[in-house]
Amino acid sequence: MRTDLDPRGAEATALDPMAVASYAVRRLKGETDDTFTLELQPVDGAARFSFAPGQFNMLYVFGVGEIPISISSDPLKPKTLWHTTREVGTVTRAMRQLKPGAVLGVRGPFGTHWPVDECEAKDVVIVAGGIGLAPLRPALYRILAQRDRYGRVVLLYGARTPADILYRSELERWRARFDLEVYATVDRAMSGWRGNVGVVTGLIGRAPFDALNTVALVCGPEVMMRFTVQELQRRGVRAQAIHLSMERNMKCAVGFCGHCQFGPWFVCKDGPVFRLDRLREWLGKWEV
Amino acid sequence: MTQRRQNRPPHSPSPRAADRGRVRFDRPEFGRLLGGLAAQGYQVIGPTVRDGALVYASVTSPDELPVGWTDEQTGGSYCLKRRNDAALFGYTLGPQAWKPYLHPPTVRLWRARAGHRELDRLPEPAADPPKYAFLGVRACELQAIAIQDKVFLGGDFVDPWYRRRREGVFLVAVHCGQAGGTCFCASLNTGPKATFGFDLALTEVIEAGRHYFVAESGTDRGAAVLRDLSTQPATPAELAAADRIVADAAAHMGRELDTRGLKELLTRNYEHPRWDDVAGRCLTCANCTMVCPTCFCTTVEEVTDLTGEHAQRWRKWDSCFTTEFSFIHGGSVRASPRSRYRQWLTHKLATWYDQFGTAGCVGCGRCIAWCPVGIDLTEEVRAIRRSDGVTLAQQLTA
Ligand SMILES: Cc1cc2nc3c(=O)[nH]c(=O)nc-3n(C[C@H](O)[C@H](O)[C@H](O)COP(=O)(O)OP(=O)(O)OC[C@H]3O[C@@H](n4cnc5c(N)ncnc54)[C@H](O)[C@@H]3O)c2cc1C
Ligand code: SF4
Ligand code: SF4
Ligand code: FES
Repeated sequence: MRTDLDPRGAEATALDPMAVASYAVRRLKGETDDTFTLELQPVDGAARFSFAPGQFNMLYVFGVGEIPISISSDPLKPKTLWHTTREVGTVTRAMRQLKPGAVLGVRGPFGTHWPVDECEAKDVVIVAGGIGLAPLRPALYRILAQRDRYGRVVLLYGARTPADILYRSELERWRARFDLEVYATVDRAMSGWRGNVGVVTGLIGRAPFDALNTVALVCGPEVMMRFTVQELQRRGVRAQAIHLSMERNMKCAVGFCGHCQFGPWFVCKDGPVFRLDRLREWLGKWEV
Repeated sequence: MTQRRQNRPPHSPSPRAADRGRVRFDRPEFGRLLGGLAAQGYQVIGPTVRDGALVYASVTSPDELPVGWTDEQTGGSYCLKRRNDAALFGYTLGPQAWKPYLHPPTVRLWRARAGHRELDRLPEPAADPPKYAFLGVRACELQAIAIQDKVFLGGDFVDPWYRRRREGVFLVAVHCGQAGGTCFCASLNTGPKATFGFDLALTEVIEAGRHYFVAESGTDRGAAVLRDLSTQPATPAELAAADRIVADAAAHMGRELDTRGLKELLTRNYEHPRWDDVAGRCLTCANCTMVCPTCFCTTVEEVTDLTGEHAQRWRKWDSCFTTEFSFIHGGSVRASPRSRYRQWLTHKLATWYDQFGTAGCVGCGRCIAWCPVGIDLTEEVRAIRRSDGVTLAQQLTA
């Protein structure tokens, strides 16, 4: 009874942009209290999933619904797909209940990506807030895989509390590297936390990078991104070198449903990753 | 940013075919036109009178057209009236354009069965949508179709549901002989004369005891349909009469919109107090987006059966006037009615230019007539233009 289902996402999507491919859950890994990572593999095991860091998929849970989730895996390992998700509502809750072997529908990849190539020969500052680290992780993997092509690489990460820090062991490993500077901060500390306390924007002023020769990649709640952008510019980073990933409601991911509009932009296809100078006039406005 | 292709969709009628001459056929011949289209396998959809309004529905004979009817529209009102002649197209517009036929209010995207190893997506019934001939398409409606073509066919992704319906549609335009009280197509250069995108274009003339149509074809298949009718070359007097009728409609637009610097005007007045003013009147009922021939937004709903084993994905028209439309975790982006009206108006008249190269409004006036409280976008724009640059703070201290 299997029909027009084609696990090779991109080609099938071109024919029928709402068609999903079947992926099986290989593993569900709890990250923090309210976040988890799904490791997915195409049911047709042969397929590879090519994507660029910063792109997202539409994930469909049978009988529940479909939502946009960024790809958080390594683009150089396209055989398995990771999605790190925060449980906030109906679909994400259902997703967390999935057991290994369960089947999900996947459409994608969609959207623009982090300009990793443009970062070459420059310092790279990655600023993430909360779950915003998930779409940035593939960029870090890419950069670390060819580390010598880049200048200083700095990750500034903010979470609500120490318990909310995502990818903790990976962050520890990265922090131990000499070629990657990792600074984390929390809004509220708990006993035992010896790191920074305060918003992530507070880290920007002292982070080691050459503002005039830096590319910044930013993802987090919209308010956090507004302040981050201000701080980066105060340090002298040009708007053309700052990239942000925006979030809007999405029902189609291909420019048909209109839900993701942000001023003149369709976040699903013109974004989610935008260069600041293209967004600036809209970023300062409310309820856009 | 992804590159958007701006070229014409492949199926749009080719530029003018050889047959450029305008011809005349008389009213009794009209039945043959319908018959000819039907004989070619088209399901003819045209204006009919239903429930006190003009509704585009299947027509098989000229008697089913709104013979001798006209409509009157103004802010918040629409009614049908009798004419003192037997015109077939003596009205302006009905509440719905052709959108429901090309971009249906509900579409089942797919259905699936819970599988063990995979999602079992079941094939949709392969039945092709009917091959439509649209009869009585107004100039503004042709422009609206061209606008939706850009949305669904002109980007990196093509919408297969729209494409299947749009491909092969035969378009019979009828130039407007009367402009409605809410019309302003002349301001936007979208009417009242149809200038592109049709297979056939007609002007209905009732004068000095005669009732005839002046016809021109826009495509080869239009010319072929015309050849099967009994036509005469139109005389200079008949052509002049036809042109006079359309010119008269152009001169009697019920509304007007000054489009000079419109996009910039609205963009720089994003915080204008008029948005609060209109939000005080707007019921956010979404009527305007439902009747608008260019609004394309949809949502997707999941429907499951009682066993939980079958699921269906339905696409349905949606509106930026609802709070859920912009919902993301933590709340709606556009929580206030002010921001939702602003999204609607600025999308139509400002950001649409950035997205698709034209306005998202064709000046049909439907949103004015079908607004329960008679909000008139041309008036809202005029108010903003009158006090361009004013902020709320300035107004309060004035
Ligand atoms: C491009 C993009 C990438 C994203 N990447 C991630 C990611 O990597 N990890 C992650 O945890 N979250 C991500 N999100 C947010 C995620 O899509 C929402 O948290 C999710 O849609 C919530 O669905 P729900 O049914 O659980 O919540 P509910 O609150 O029950 O949502 C109801 C409906 O509202 C919509 N909705 C609600 N919140 C959002 C939202 N924040 N964004 C878009 N639509 C929303 C959905 O359509 C959903 O069906 C991303 C969003 C976008 C736009
Ligand atoms: S005005 Fe609103 S409903 Fe209409 S197309 Fe624009 S966003 Fe969609
Ligand atoms: S915005 Fe109003 S006048 Fe313009 S096309 Fe839509 S319904 Fe017609
Ligand atoms: S998500 Fe549908 S248009 Fe962008």
